[in-house]
Amino acid sequence: MSISTTPRALPAGLPAPAVEPLTMPYWDGTRAGKLVIQRCRGCGKHQWGPEWICHRCHGFDLGWEEVAPRGRIWSWQRPHHPVHPALGGFGPYTIVLVELPHADGVRMVGNLLCEPHAPVTIGAEVEAVFEPHDEAHPPYTLVQWRPKG
Amino acid sequence: MSERTLRGKVAIAGVGESTYYKHGQSPDAEFKLALIAILEACRDAGIDPREVDGFASYGGDRSEAVRLAAALGIRELRFSNMHWGGGGGGVAASVANAGAAVLSGMANCVIAFRSLAQGQFARYGRGAQATAVGGDDAFLAPYGLMSPAQRFAMKITRFMTDHGIRHEALRAIAMASYHHAQTNPRAVMQGRPLTEEKYDASRWIIEPFHRLFDCCQENDGAGAVLVVPAERAKDLPHRPTYLLGAAQGGHHRSAAPVHNAPDYASAHFKTVARNMWEMARLGPRDCDVVQAYENFTGGVLLSLVEHGFVDPHHANEQLVLENLLAPSGRMPMNTSGGNLAECYMHGLEMVNEAVRQLRGKACNQVPGANVVAVLGGPMVTPVSSLVLGTEAAL
Repeated sequence: MSISTTPRALPAGLPAPAVEPLTMPYWDGTRAGKLVIQRCRGCGKHQWGPEWICHRCHGFDLGWEEVAPRGRIWSWQRPHHPVHPALGGFGPYTIVLVELPHADGVRMVGNLLCEPHAPVTIGAEVEAVFEPHDEAHPPYTLVQWRPKG
Repeated sequence: MSERTLRGKVAIAGVGESTYYKHGQSPDAEFKLALIAILEACRDAGIDPREVDGFASYGGDRSEAVRLAAALGIRELRFSNMHWGGGGGGVAASVANAGAAVLSGMANCVIAFRSLAQGQFARYGRGAQATAVGGDDAFLAPYGLMSPAQRFAMKITRFMTDHGIRHEALRAIAMASYHHAQTNPRAVMQGRPLTEEKYDASRWIIEPFHRLFDCCQENDGAGAVLVVPAERAKDLPHRPTYLLGAAQGGHHRSAAPVHNAPDYASAHFKTVARNMWEMARLGPRDCDVVQAYENFTGGVLLSLVEHGFVDPHHANEQLVLENLLAPSGRMPMNTSGGNLAECYMHGLEMVNEAVRQLRGKACNQVPGANVVAVLGGPMVTPVSSLVLGTEAAL
């Protein structure tokens, strides 16, 4: 998996993800260009977002496993109004909720890398694009999505 | 064991509010606004404020019960309660919690209230300003998903797309609120009517279903109701407004992290509405008026569907302006202007309006109204709703 060099989806200055014990394996994964999410070692099911317990079997032994970085658009929105100073004069931009059917249907939120007014179709297949923020302290990598080519 | 219910056991004896302002325009501090609304509710009920012995609120209200009790010289505080969750999900729950305290004998005379000065404090429509964010927001804010509208928009996109519901249905919801506000002297938007042309020309906040007029205001103000045992209410100045049913909460994993609720395209009222109707022994057809909290008009659509007022397969035909207007629409809704056009007092203004309708004293009175439903903030789990009625509805 190569690290993308495409331009970033959004301008600099938005909040960075805080490094927290519960979520660290995910962020370690994205730095390595991998999509790594929780999978219960008890019942074998994936879950997202991260939690300390498996909501199905109540096991605390949650492992982290790499899943294929692809999915399909479950829903979307295109904000125009800037709700943060970093977004002033920018936009619209597109946010997608992406379902991963091969990982028990968990959903992830990210930006869709597309033209500002491109049509968006629920159900369309997308693949992950890893967007590094190397200059941040600490560095982090976001997961964005692009239409599957 | 006797039946466990609030139905007919407690009543709202008084309603009050401060002047409502556009955010930043209140000359008074948030806490003073709370005091004004509470004193007004007591005056309306004919009860000495020192007799109040409980406070219930929601949305993380900053006017704490103990400070209120001290400031008002309350003789004895017996009940203080905060409903979890942001926004107006808890508006009906605060009234129900006050009612539960009164019914159980924990307290006798409880104020349910909300005070909110977005000018003095943070505006809801602005995103987090922190350099790093944790919890759920770590997976949302870096993607520019921060405001309440953005948190809910994808529920609405999916539901409306799935059911082929047009934006015009949401326009009718917005226009009903603005229409009713024109005769309401308390309404911030009185004198600022909304036309189809003005709505259609308004700027996008979020595509595909949030234009400016689909979104609530940001305001300064406070509202309060006084809840007492039903027997006591009969001896007070106004015709009693009885609590017929109330419920709060959310269906299975409705607040699952990072937008993973199994039933996601929802206002999360599905179990709450069922429980409320069961307690009330009523259904949507029994209601004369509906107050449906508008954070965003798409949320109103979901609320109405989940409470059984609207069939999603016929939403385009049902949600037209004439159906939503007092006095003679099929489903008069948000008859004081609601969050969009009266004041965004996190729905407390809708409880007050429900009481005024049942007293026959509303500015857009529905003749003979005996049952009014108040659907609290949609999508903001734990959500809550309630049904109020006159003695004739018991």
